[in-house]
Amino acid sequence: MEKKPELKPEEAAMELVACFPAKVARKRSKQIVINEVGPEEQVPEVMANVRTIPGIITMRGCSYAGCKGVVLGPTRDILQITHGPIGCGFYSWATRRNQTRPATGEDTNFMPYALSTDMQEEQIIFGGEKKLKKAIEEAIALFNPKAIGIFSTCPVGLIGDDVHSVAREMEAKYPGINIFGFSCEGYKGVSQSAGHHVANNKVFTDVVGLIDEPKEGKYKVNLLGEYNIGGDAFEIERIFEKAGLTLHSSFSGNSVYEEFASAHTADLNVVMCHRSINYLAEMMEKKYGIPWFKVNFIGAEASAKSLRKIAEYYGDKELMDKVEEVIAEEMKEVARVRDDVASRCAGKTAMMFVGGSRAHHYQDIFKEIGMKTIAAGYEFAHRDDYEGRKVIPSIKVDADSRNIEELKVTADPEKYRDRLTEADRKRLGDEFKFKNYEGMMPDMDPKTLVIDDLNHHEMEVLIEKFHPDIFCAGVKEKYVVQKYGIPMKQLHSYDYGGPYAGFQGAINFYRDIDKMINTKVWSLVKAPWDDSPELTATYACDQAV
Amino acid sequence: MLLRHTPKEIKERSALTVNPAKTCQPVGAMYAALGVHKCLPHSHGSQGCCAYHRSALTRHYKEPVMAGTSSFTEGASVFGGQANLLEAINNIFTIYNPDVIAVHTTCLSETIGDDLTQITNKAKEEGKVPDGKYVIKANTPSYVGSHVTGFANMVKGIVDAFPVNTGHKTNTINIIPGYVEPSDMSEIKRIASEMGIKTIVFPDTSNVLNGPQTGKYDMYPSGGTKIPDLIKAGDSKATIALGPIASGPAAKALDTKCKVPCEILKLPIGIKATDEFVDRLRILGGVSVSEEIKTERGQAVDVITDMQQYFAGKKAALIGDPDQMVSLAGFLTDIGMKVRHVVTGTSGKKFEKRIREAAGEDVNVKEGGDYFYFHQLIKNEKVDLILGNSYSKYISRDEDIPLIRFGFPIYDRVGHQYNPCVGYRGAMRLLENILNALLDRQDRDALEEKFELVM
Repeated sequence: MEKKPELKPEEAAMELVACFPAKVARKRSKQIVINEVGPEEQVPEVMANVRTIPGIITMRGCSYAGCKGVVLGPTRDILQITHGPIGCGFYSWATRRNQTRPATGEDTNFMPYALSTDMQEEQIIFGGEKKLKKAIEEAIALFNPKAIGIFSTCPVGLIGDDVHSVAREMEAKYPGINIFGFSCEGYKGVSQSAGHHVANNKVFTDVVGLIDEPKEGKYKVNLLGEYNIGGDAFEIERIFEKAGLTLHSSFSGNSVYEEFASAHTADLNVVMCHRSINYLAEMMEKKYGIPWFKVNFIGAEASAKSLRKIAEYYGDKELMDKVEEVIAEEMKEVARVRDDVASRCAGKTAMMFVGGSRAHHYQDIFKEIGMKTIAAGYEFAHRDDYEGRKVIPSIKVDADSRNIEELKVTADPEKYRDRLTEADRKRLGDEFKFKNYEGMMPDMDPKTLVIDDLNHHEMEVLIEKFHPDIFCAGVKEKYVVQKYGIPMKQLHSYDYGGPYAGFQGAINFYRDIDKMINTKVWSLVKAPWDDSPELTATYACDQAV
Repeated sequence: MLLRHTPKEIKERSALTVNPAKTCQPVGAMYAALGVHKCLPHSHGSQGCCAYHRSALTRHYKEPVMAGTSSFTEGASVFGGQANLLEAINNIFTIYNPDVIAVHTTCLSETIGDDLTQITNKAKEEGKVPDGKYVIKANTPSYVGSHVTGFANMVKGIVDAFPVNTGHKTNTINIIPGYVEPSDMSEIKRIASEMGIKTIVFPDTSNVLNGPQTGKYDMYPSGGTKIPDLIKAGDSKATIALGPIASGPAAKALDTKCKVPCEILKLPIGIKATDEFVDRLRILGGVSVSEEIKTERGQAVDVITDMQQYFAGKKAALIGDPDQMVSLAGFLTDIGMKVRHVVTGTSGKKFEKRIREAAGEDVNVKEGGDYFYFHQLIKNEKVDLILGNSYSKYISRDEDIPLIRFGFPIYDRVGHQYNPCVGYRGAMRLLENILNALLDRQDRDALEEKFELVM
């Protein structure tokens, strides 16, 4: 495809919605904005976290996917039972690349198992609680787990099965096992986002805080919103260890139940994916006094910045020196590969439409190799993910969000412990920005396009109008983009590559992008005869017949 | 061990499915709908189903898979999905301009009792369906049957919508190819055309889900059965339905609706099942079997006779969909292998009988089974080869048994989209894969003095 002449973002925004029915176009126009960053990071308002338009070919998934698939899926030793017909359990089986590493070959690892009640018509008519109870008993007999999560699918909510009372009843029968249910029916909310919230609430009320023995080690940090796709959490753990930090628990990549249960004993929560887990960070601060701040380990510069911020939080000279030492050492190889890759990638353009922090995080890493993001957006974000948390008080709660429970959380009379002394607060000052996420837009260039909940048609228009050098989204979008002759990087599953977090991850990413953008394959798309299809000459012997 | 919690001892389970060997109806319906030219499948329910089904099909075919969704939220779940579907139909025709929207239900819309006939009629009355465009439908509750049932229901939905009996019989034969790969549908068409028979094959996902790279994306690729052909299918002189579970209901419906007599055959996997297909084609078409087809058959049989010692007595375990399992078990038995375990996730009373007819009485058979049980069978009696979808790779690795990927889904290999398993050429491909797996294993395990160049 030929490069198109420069297109004004205002024109592009109009083109995106041009073929929609008027009502659809009106709505979509509020979800498409041209970025502008004013003083104090003031950005335009973008409509987000609103219903998907029926009939629109959407990138979004459902509440069940957000709860079971995203947040709880990566836990290694919580046995997960999908209560519903077979499909949901089947599709969420090993398809998200949540890697895990049990210490020994005998340690518990439920990750390769998909458990379902496989509801039949009989249960839809007469109720499924009896089958669920039986399934839990059979699961306990087979797997002997410490904890069981039950995940509700669409029909469960409709027929009125009460998974929470089943959980309580079964827990009374098997007191050694923590059994809890999630009301994450697919129709809840407007996207996966509702499921994240449901998952956060239940893990907070039913798991966190149950075990008071802290983990061994100095500087204990919980890493929230890191799901260990392609081994990201392994790489972050490697860096932490090298710097002398203790990764107390990661929510929820490569995680185990005990780490969740004792997470309230840590000193600090750092948040990677803001959208999927900010609730837990907030609630843990209120109940246990653990401060939190946003970090980003995608990109070498971002990783260094995040490490420094953690060290600054502790304010310990020894730690700060060690962190600088680690950064300096890791950066040598990073710089070598980065400069080499940048020599071939600088000036190229990217678009990315994924998740609820990744479309922001990956702009940093593209910047490191000189690439520019010209359009970006999230699949299931809320306004704060775009505009920053300062807009939270002005977000209107609609009917779809009101259906997701907001827990009332207060300080635990025994377990609350303020981690920061007055001196700490003074030392860190207002600049430190606890419990803050500045959002994606302040980081994006002016005049770039910010599009919430991008759909298939708009994606086609973007590609045809701007012809980016790389497009990032999910598997449903991958082969559409590639048919246009444009490399497409999956940022949910990493196209079976990774890790991309941390310093080694950055190196992996630079190299993978280089391979995708600079492969000769795209030059094969056109056949030699495509340019001159007409027959121009014949052999005499052919004419003789 | 990846599946370290799977014990050898088999205990009966009545409520818990562990590692399913089936999935739900709508994904099969979506696949079948993609086999109609310029058709956009539409999932009537919450959007997660559609996202999951598109992802599953995309990963399997490595091709764009388009489909709409009614995007239910809690409100639609309480008050019914009529407004969502009407809006969806209007938006889809305006934005994506398909010729057909193929609506299937999900467990959500089924449970609340949405009536697709009433809603689609209303859409027509309200002018939301442009002239010359169609909305077809299938009820596919996920709590009944499996993806195979869903496929069968949507193919029946195609029959309900299109074929017309004008009273002028044609010399055409309809072929319903079954729940097979695009490469298989294309091979079935080739065999018929090689024999000089005029056919209408539906659904036909070839050139839809195995399309070429051309540098430009087309939402509606060149493949898929065209609507005029689907309409004409009502005048054909006969229908051959391949695979009773996936194709039987549509073939019978077409017989009832348009008086097109049908014959329901096995899926043509392996020599004997292909023989049966080719022979019926020959008789119904009033033609002789072409030299080309005879040669292909001879070549496949030649490979078996030449290499029979490597097949003889080797034990196999199969897991997959019922129509495929019946033909595959028969083929493996014919080449001298011993089929030991056969599991299908789809329920069906006749499955056990069919497998025993194909592979003998002495075989472990389970309908409505799962991967966990299949693995336990293998732990109790080792086999030399596993045939199953990509999820079999966990068992293959843990038990150190070679695996041939077969069925749906295959997420981690290519080839199934492009190379058939049906017909004599498909038999040849299967034979090649089986031999390579067995000979590779023999090479790997050979002592140095027993390591042979010529095999």
